[in-house]
Amino acid sequence: MLGYLRNKWTLAAGCVLAAVTVASAENGDTQKSIKARGLLNCGVSSGVQTGMSTLDSAAKWNGFEVDFCRAVAAAVLGDAEKIKFVPLEIKTAFATLQSGGIDLLARTATHTFVRDIELNVAWPGAYLYDSQGFLAKKSLGVKSAKELDGASICVSAGSNYELNLADYFRKNGLKFTPVAANSRDQNEKNLETGRCDVYANVLSALAGAVSKLGKPDDWVVLPELISMEPIGPVVRKDDSRFRDIVGWTLNALIAAEELEITQANVEKLKASSTSPEVQRLLGVTGDFGVKLGLGNDWALNAIKAVGNYGEMFERNLGNKSPIKLERGLNNLWNNKGLMSSPLLR
Amino acid sequence: MGWVFQALLVVALAWVAHVAIGNLYDNLAARGLKLGFDFLWQEAGFEIAFHLVPYTSSDNYWRVFLVGITNTLLVTAVAIVFSTILGFTIGIAQLSGNWAVSRAARIYVEIVRNLPQLLHILIWYNVALRALPAPRVAIGVGDMVYLSNRGVFLPALTSDRPGLLVIAILIAVIAALALFRSLTSYAERTGRAVNAWLPSLAVLVLLPVLAVALTGTQVSVSLPQLKGFNFIGGWALVPELTALVFAMAIYNAAFIGELVRASIEAVSKGQREAAAALGFGWWWTLRFIVIPQAVRVLLPPLSNQYLNILKGSSLAVAIGYPDLVGVFTGISINQTGRAIEIVGMTMAVYLAISLLIGALINLFNHMTRIVER
Repeated sequence: MLGYLRNKWTLAAGCVLAAVTVASAENGDTQKSIKARGLLNCGVSSGVQTGMSTLDSAAKWNGFEVDFCRAVAAAVLGDAEKIKFVPLEIKTAFATLQSGGIDLLARTATHTFVRDIELNVAWPGAYLYDSQGFLAKKSLGVKSAKELDGASICVSAGSNYELNLADYFRKNGLKFTPVAANSRDQNEKNLETGRCDVYANVLSALAGAVSKLGKPDDWVVLPELISMEPIGPVVRKDDSRFRDIVGWTLNALIAAEELEITQANVEKLKASSTSPEVQRLLGVTGDFGVKLGLGNDWALNAIKAVGNYGEMFERNLGNKSPIKLERGLNNLWNNKGLMSSPLLR
Repeated sequence: MGWVFQALLVVALAWVAHVAIGNLYDNLAARGLKLGFDFLWQEAGFEIAFHLVPYTSSDNYWRVFLVGITNTLLVTAVAIVFSTILGFTIGIAQLSGNWAVSRAARIYVEIVRNLPQLLHILIWYNVALRALPAPRVAIGVGDMVYLSNRGVFLPALTSDRPGLLVIAILIAVIAALALFRSLTSYAERTGRAVNAWLPSLAVLVLLPVLAVALTGTQVSVSLPQLKGFNFIGGWALVPELTALVFAMAIYNAAFIGELVRASIEAVSKGQREAAAALGFGWWWTLRFIVIPQAVRVLLPPLSNQYLNILKGSSLAVAIGYPDLVGVFTGISINQTGRAIEIVGMTMAVYLAISLLIGALINLFNHMTRIVER
């Protein structure tokens, strides 16, 4: 609740600031203000999203979204801890980004046409390919989403999942009653208390919900997947330099996995690797970092902070996490997945 | 000399407005955003759980706006009615000669008004959800009313001409009220005993029945029935609505109770003693001596409390009731990115409803003022 109210105030303050201050944004401004501030303002989900963003008892942030913020902070500032995490519900996330309240939105935000063109924000890449599905109690006895006629369905208010859901039911001539809550947390509570029959969200979120609700055997994800969701970090469109930095930080993490660079061996490989690709990525040769307006050790710092893409996935969402999400489409291209990096040359 | 400062103030205000609007346009242009109301005709694409006006996901944002307004008006109106009834009861109970009753009312006021309204709403929402059974094991009252964690399901009147039915009922209510008033004023004028209730009630019931019979309108009662996951048919009140109404009625009744107590105490003691001396009983004293005078003291702060109920209804967003702030300022802004237009429209709606409530109370105030002879 506190977080919710705080977000409201951040949003309100942001709107007022946007209205009364003259801020002319130019290329490179975001990076300059991050450096001047010495902090990256990074928007993540509410801090209770298992696997995505959680705040532990030692007040330390963990999760997939959090790790991506760390990688960008390490690339830009050389220090993965110089971050102010701003927990945001999807309802306020884009407005906060537009008004300058955050530099980077590393939330589970799906790339859609309307957001891209009408909200004028950019996705420099995709760090998660996810699909929207339905989570139901096994005791409900539902085997397929086609049986959900007349069901009450929990969904996040203002999300694109809300739109996918309405489309799917309209397409199949079925009826449903939405129970639109503001946060995933409230959705999970509503599912648990039986306010709704099923919970519609992306698989990573459903897996997180199951691990949080406990008793994984009581729950079932229905076989129908109703959408393909390219999810990625979001930046403002007016600063193409910062967009490049965020995009190439993600590319560097993916390339690192392909080149078998890990958090553990990165320093050793920097000193000893003879592969020209590894040398270019880690700044031994070439000046890719300088061309981005960063140090040549940008990618090295990012990998040192969070490991390569695969390590980041497994630690937070995959087999080394309580969620145990299958990697599926998020495997590298040479392992039947969709993850690939443009060439580092 | 005074007009110079007034002119300067006007110029300064105009300058501030000019700078603010100029900055708004500059900033929107710098972020590549545009202003305009064309988005209102776009398809919304999302479903809304509870709506009084017909709505589906293929309707546009203008329809979402109307759904939001009617949902806000509904919760405000119902909360005003219930909090007024409860508030008057609490207010009068506080002045009761019965020690236990007045203490209980006092404790109610002190506890309820010192807890934040948001807390009331969250408590009621979570209590209502957790305490009630699932639809398949819902609590049924005579196969007509069902209570479950999906809401309260009531029998509903359905008709092939719902517009005609609504208009007929409205006309009947107005006619019945007019008849009641003219009969009572006739009784007061002539001193004859006239039963005003029976003819008024007859008009209230017979007019709609006559309208239905003459026009051949189909009217049937739809009962809620369990089918699949939920109840189908009847009228469904979602738990978000019931929790919100409960919480707001209980919270605001504490304030209204205080207003009622204070305005009754503002009527001088001599008035009551005079009434007693004339042989008035407890109810007559209250009805003909105290309340008419107390109402004049009560109305201005009461209208203020009603406005608080209207504005407080926007807390609905915390539990996901689809009021104007929830569906329009919340979901619609996120789906369209038109924050400035949507916030502007929402502000205009709240302002308009507030002014309307204020005007109605002023009218009532005017009607009940002391007539000087």
